[in-house]
Amino acid sequence: MDDLQQQGSFRSGQLPQRDLLQCDVLVLGGGPAGIAAACISAECSSRVVLLESTPWLGGAIWRANDVRSIPRSGQHWLSRLKHSGAQVICEATAFAQEGGELCSESGAVRRVYAQRCDQLLEVRCGRLVIATGAQELFLPFPGWTLPNVMGLGGLQLLAKGGWPVRGQRVIVAGTGPLLFAVAAALKNRGAQVTDLLEQASWSRVARFAAVLPWLSPSKVWQALQLKAQLLGARYRTGCWPAAAHGDAVLRSVRITDGRRAWVQDCDYLACGFGLVPNLQWPEMLGCTAHGDEVVQVDELQQTVVPGVYAAGETTGIGGDAAAVIEGQIAGHAASGCTTGRQLRRLQVRRARAGRFARSLQAAFRLRPELLMLAHDDTVICRCEDVTWGQLREFRDAREAKLQTRCGMGVCQGRVCQNSLRLLKSWPTTSVRPPVLPVLAGMWSRIVREHDMDHQRDPGDQS
Amino acid sequence: MPDAPVSQPVASPSVTLRVDGMDVTVAAGTTVAAAVARAGHQRFRQSPTGQHRGPVCGMGVCGECRVTIDGQPHQRSCLIVCRDAMEVTTDG
Repeated sequence: MDDLQQQGSFRSGQLPQRDLLQCDVLVLGGGPAGIAAACISAECSSRVVLLESTPWLGGAIWRANDVRSIPRSGQHWLSRLKHSGAQVICEATAFAQEGGELCSESGAVRRVYAQRCDQLLEVRCGRLVIATGAQELFLPFPGWTLPNVMGLGGLQLLAKGGWPVRGQRVIVAGTGPLLFAVAAALKNRGAQVTDLLEQASWSRVARFAAVLPWLSPSKVWQALQLKAQLLGARYRTGCWPAAAHGDAVLRSVRITDGRRAWVQDCDYLACGFGLVPNLQWPEMLGCTAHGDEVVQVDELQQTVVPGVYAAGETTGIGGDAAAVIEGQIAGHAASGCTTGRQLRRLQVRRARAGRFARSLQAAFRLRPELLMLAHDDTVICRCEDVTWGQLREFRDAREAKLQTRCGMGVCQGRVCQNSLRLLKSWPTTSVRPPVLPVLAGMWSRIVREHDMDHQRDPGDQS
Repeated sequence: MPDAPVSQPVASPSVTLRVDGMDVTVAAGTTVAAAVARAGHQRFRQSPTGQHRGPVCGMGVCGECRVTIDGQPHQRSCLIVCRDAMEVTTDG
């Protein structure tokens, strides 16, 4: 817990103020899935609370601090949420919970704890919808810790927050359709995107194109080239960054296609290798089995834990359209509105979206060379500066953690655990509360009260 | 020029804060991370072995954008919106 101490203690040394909320359905996450779930549940007359950890609704994709970046469907759902009656609380980080064992039919209460600024928020709910979304997968390569080497979506999000990219030379690297989306967004803000590096080979990209029946592979190639030209960038398939160079900040990137390599000057490298679901909450609640990469859900988005639903990227990376469909299904189910014809239609649409997502995953599967870029002195755990060489001797994440502090820093392993799962086939270690870093005083108060509850009445779940 | 939402016909209001002792004026809604960059800093913090670091994920996961805000250390600047008279200190 000593990393949490680093987060700072209460200024006055006082216990945090506590707010208590009661609801039927609690939604964790204010992205497309969470917004849709909250809307539908509230429209089905449930009392709904939605907790979002950032100041903005919309998740990464519809982030609402810039209206230009929100697609029409996003604007529709955001305004629908406003009128739905759901209580929306931003900047609230849910970090622990208790109760809920009897949650299935009896409506027993689950207590979820969240930190909002210096305040402790307790939400008592009957059902829980987990819509915590996904984060980027970062793979280590020499120089990847230099300032101005950023995530692919990372630079886009920073730019949405006003990060100055005008006139800056940007290399965009990684995989999948996000490359074009990010390049276009950066160009709109005046960046000079020089290269789009797609790690997948052209033949794989073409195979993906084959599942889009209205486009032949040659048409897709033309479309991609055209798109890259419109952006003023070179689109290179089968290429990836091998190293980033610079003294204190990034100066250039060594690009390779596996046979040859060349160095290209730039101001920014935006690099991400796809998305991985945020599974801290489902793992803590026992919704996942050991080694699961996504949450398994039934036809109503319910997890193996009764009364706990999952929607959106947590059940598999499918994009905002799929997330909205799943969120609506979860909203119906969590509020008990499961008889309508609309639900059936949503389930059909979900199946279609799932097929598309699977073909996307197959086409943009990561090439093995990407897992061999780190040198002995390449940092793997950015928080604790643990290098690839230091990790060589360990057999699992737990051992490495105990000996090197790998994964014990402020990010709580959310960056390195995902890469080590691929680099070393280490499964992620178990999740324990607090699932996200919170003020130390916040956590100790929960622990103390929980113990006091047990002394008073061990059977008390209310 | 700071980015302003196109739906707002008038110039969006601005906010002035201090980054490492220097006044920076940004459009309302700008994140602290972006304000630090607009003040000319690309190095936000140092790692335990003294390496320079800057923001990576933009969504509060990696913690590389941490700065001190109004005396509170370890604030993730990519998740915090600028307020007038904020005092931001980097450690890059």
